[in-house]
Amino acid sequence: MLRRIFLFILAGLLMLQSQTASATDERLVLTGSSTVAPLALEIGKRFERHHPGVRIDVQSGGSSRGVADTRAGLAGIGMVSRALKPEEDDLTAHTIAMDGIGIILHRDNPVNSLSDEQIKAIYTGRVRNWRKLGGPDRTITVVHKAEGRSTLELFLHHFDLKNRQIKAQVIIGDNQQGIKTVAGNPDAIGYVSIGTAEYESTQGAPIRLLPMDGVAATVANLRNGRFPLSRPLNLVTRDGITSELAKRFIDFARSETIHDLLAAQFFVPPPHVSR
Amino acid sequence: MFHADRWLAPLLATLACVTALVLLLILGFLWNEAWPVLTEGGWRRFIDAEGWYPLEGSFGLLPMLWATLAASFGALLLATPIGLASAIFVRFYAPQSIAGLYRNLLSLLAGIPSVVYGLWGLTVLVPIIAHWRPPGASLLAAILILALMILPTIALTSISALSAVPTALLQGAASLGLTRKGMILGVALPTAHEGIVGGIMLAMARALGETMAVLMVAGNVVQTPSSLFDSVRVLTANIALEMAYATGQHRAGLFASGMLLTLLVVLLAWWAAHAAGETRHG
Repeated sequence: MLRRIFLFILAGLLMLQSQTASATDERLVLTGSSTVAPLALEIGKRFERHHPGVRIDVQSGGSSRGVADTRAGLAGIGMVSRALKPEEDDLTAHTIAMDGIGIILHRDNPVNSLSDEQIKAIYTGRVRNWRKLGGPDRTITVVHKAEGRSTLELFLHHFDLKNRQIKAQVIIGDNQQGIKTVAGNPDAIGYVSIGTAEYESTQGAPIRLLPMDGVAATVANLRNGRFPLSRPLNLVTRDGITSELAKRFIDFARSETIHDLLAAQFFVPPPHVSR
Repeated sequence: MFHADRWLAPLLATLACVTALVLLLILGFLWNEAWPVLTEGGWRRFIDAEGWYPLEGSFGLLPMLWATLAASFGALLLATPIGLASAIFVRFYAPQSIAGLYRNLLSLLAGIPSVVYGLWGLTVLVPIIAHWRPPGASLLAAILILALMILPTIALTSISALSAVPTALLQGAASLGLTRKGMILGVALPTAHEGIVGGIMLAMARALGETMAVLMVAGNVVQTPSSLFDSVRVLTANIALEMAYATGQHRAGLFASGMLLTLLVVLLAWWAAHAAGETRHG
């Protein structure tokens, strides 16, 4: 009896092993940024249709996970929603799209523009009233993102701030929550992905995107590279150990065939690919 | 022992063991995942650290613990009298038709998903409070939403507890010439006491564990609340906000907040059982 059970388990294990072995041949794992993941998922679906027998497995978990998994060899491709840091020069970045962060105010807020210095002063709590910025005599509600989000990282990096310096009144998770919070509070200021904000404001959400350094926060300005508060969405690979399948996938993701997928998610093609 | 019992008893025992085992596994899992942050700096770092900046290595959990307790107890303080009053109304004062309707209404209220309460809070309640006292997303908003969510739990369990009071007791009270008020306060409530307290505990556990609704209305700034209009972050919201993007020590720190929350609920359950036992024997 015992021996039969043992043989049964052994057979099961062998089967499992042979299955995973045959699957890894044509399977590509992508992990990383939750901003890139939905896009990579759509690109992956289309890639699978063009290449029968190939499985593209997309898992989110943050840009840092994308970097760590690619280094450790757990992922064939990492998804990173920022430029690579100097200490990450063992990886190569392939930009597939651009994303921008826009500062949003309520539509009824009369303030038309804010300088980098003023935004810094608001977020560090040095300016607490709209009156000093040409607005009504009301307390500013500062809307900030939760720790670990790549939008937060880009925001802090651009304004040269540390998270500890930020004096926020509301902390939010995703872009939608940010838009709803600002839409419901005429005294609020927040920052969200430009694509999402532009879409929501055309759908009637009472929010307004502020220009940065005199450049209007629009998808068009993001596309021509003039908007300062932007970031590349990258697929990263480990130097020298990239599989043939990963190379083919990256070429596919940077081709014009997927531009409609970019537009659907409010991203824009990177400058060097678009024409 | 009957034949059936020979099989049934071990079967039931095994199933009961599975439940206990699940609890132990969860605790073990939390402990295991929180281990990296516990070994490096010990448990005191959760108390001594000023603030929650996990990426900079500071893991202060106390502000969030106070916020969690303040939101839950605040909601309980608000919902218990109203819930109990509704239960007494339905059981002793309301006409038959209204009582039925009211009870259905409560069941419906209990079935609404928490995210719907949260969405309503974010788009309606928070702007109203913000108009009065910015930023609006605050401890008060969290308390109001939680109170709304646990109210049906308290009311429904209290109605059941009051309905379970033997009619003979109530008839006895009436025949002794007690007024309706005297009967409710002197006989019905003391008899149903245990069930009512059980319902309140259930509501408390729900308030402690509620995530989505609170996440949407509380503002989520990590600070020890000093007024009702302060933006606060509760332990559950902390996990939900940051888990998707956390790695390494940060992730372990979030598991530590999960462990703290679990311990809080265990402590509460133990205290409730203790309190119930005390009044029964005392």
